[in-house]
Amino acid sequence: MSFLKADEINVQYEDMHVLQEVTMEIDQQKIVTIVGANGAGKTTFLKTIAGILRPTSGEIRFLGDRIDHLYPHKIVEKGLVRIPEGRKIFPSLSVLENLELGSYLPKPKAKRPESLEKVFFLFPVLKERSKQLAGTLSGGEQQMLAIGRGIMSLPRLLMLDEPSLGLAPVLVREIFRSVREINKQGTTILLVEQNVFTALDLAHDGYVLENGRIVLKGKSKDLLHNEHIKEAFLGI
Amino acid sequence: MSSTTQYTRNILVIVVAGFILIILPHFIGDYYIHMATMILLYGYLGLAWNILGGYAGQFSFGHAAFFGVGAFTSTLLQLNIGVNPWIGMFLAGIAGMLLGLFIGALCFRYGLRGPYFALAMLALAEMLRLLAVQWMTVKYPLGINIPINTDSFWNFQFDKKAPYYYIMLFMTAAALYLTHIIEVKRIGSYFKAIRENEAAAESLGINLFKYKLLAMAISSFLTAMGGTFYAQYYLIVDEEAAFGVNGSIEILLGPIIGGAGTVFGPVLGAGVLECLSEVTRDVFEGYGGVHLMVYGVILVITIIFLPEGILGGLQLIFRKLKKRGRRH
Repeated sequence: MSFLKADEINVQYEDMHVLQEVTMEIDQQKIVTIVGANGAGKTTFLKTIAGILRPTSGEIRFLGDRIDHLYPHKIVEKGLVRIPEGRKIFPSLSVLENLELGSYLPKPKAKRPESLEKVFFLFPVLKERSKQLAGTLSGGEQQMLAIGRGIMSLPRLLMLDEPSLGLAPVLVREIFRSVREINKQGTTILLVEQNVFTALDLAHDGYVLENGRIVLKGKSKDLLHNEHIKEAFLGI
Repeated sequence: MSSTTQYTRNILVIVVAGFILIILPHFIGDYYIHMATMILLYGYLGLAWNILGGYAGQFSFGHAAFFGVGAFTSTLLQLNIGVNPWIGMFLAGIAGMLLGLFIGALCFRYGLRGPYFALAMLALAEMLRLLAVQWMTVKYPLGINIPINTDSFWNFQFDKKAPYYYIMLFMTAAALYLTHIIEVKRIGSYFKAIRENEAAAESLGINLFKYKLLAMAISSFLTAMGGTFYAQYYLIVDEEAAFGVNGSIEILLGPIIGGAGTVFGPVLGAGVLECLSEVTRDVFEGYGGVHLMVYGVILVITIIFLPEGILGGLQLIFRKLKKRGRRH
């Protein structure tokens, strides 16, 4: 039984096919990345797993149970937590309030103090700024806050949508370092990135999405040396 | 300051303010008691609006719909089958809530947001107003009069103004307490999360539909009860007072001016607005309409310079001062 398996899922917006026959398998404790250009359907895939979009056909199973018909909040309860693109934090709430909002479900709530400690260990800057309004944080800090808030929900699968978007290279490294750390502590990661090489460098397995179809998959080490990828994303 | 001393201080402020408000009617004339009652009524309605509009961020432009349904429900029940107005008030709340759940389910199910939701609510109130206009022209062309009854608490009718003031004081205090509870509990955090960013709230596992409906239910229930109070106070209900656009605007101006999404903002805003409107009316007496122009200009200036409302603006200034203090 696989950890998470998407089987031949199709997703449409109106009559436009965004995902076509996408099959993907994610093993526990791994970092899996989906790379691809703008509009390839990466975000759509994450939204479909999270229950915000419904596949028109195909099925998604988490630990053997079908989840493709569940409401988004039920999927979060199962431990599949998505961190949306573009640092979606709550700007006029404090950093601490933002983090606490990640842990109101019964199980995460019981572990709130431990989770907070974990987040502050991972991102010490959030501890310093815990009383500050989240809207006053820098872009990188807001991304850390979004990830931290995800960790507060005790995810079994953490889905990150473009965490490096709009960040300076030094911050991108910082964010990717924390993703590796979160993974080491036992959380499976599904990472969606445009930053193809950094993402493949970090991940164990990779999928390449083009126009809604998976065109390549495999160990990310192999993908890094793949001619097609070099050509498509580096232009050499 | 430690949290316990702050707590004692808050309790002290509440006790003193409560005491002053309770003895107040013994020292002021009927005109001022009436004014205080109106401040409390619009403070109360603002608090009700604030739960949906200020906390959950669903900006309703048609709360007169619930207000009017409340006024009509208790009044018609009283007139036609002799239901006691207190029981009528509760049933009015239920009727308002059912309407709220109905329109809320429609709007939230199909993801109406921001201005679209505001306009849907405006349309709802207007629809009810037009319905009432048509129906009342035939049945109650002069408005529905509630027959005068003997002065008693049970009848919800009093010869003096003070009892109405006390009823409204109690209702406002209860609404303040409810808002405080919401503010400190999980539900308040959920409301704020939805207001700040729906996508992020959803990704945290917050059931958007459920919590928006919950805010709508509380808000419409309270607003409709306010409608009953209004009917019992004036002993007449007409479609313009019940469902008019003016009512919707008056309900939401208090929280906007005072500070939406704060506990005391709506009451503060209602107080400022009521005093402002009385003072401009007094000063510009004899120049028809001028007081409304001045009133409007002051409102515009407030919204330009204090977009977060009076309390929101004060919090911002306070925060800045604290920051500056830390830096030195």
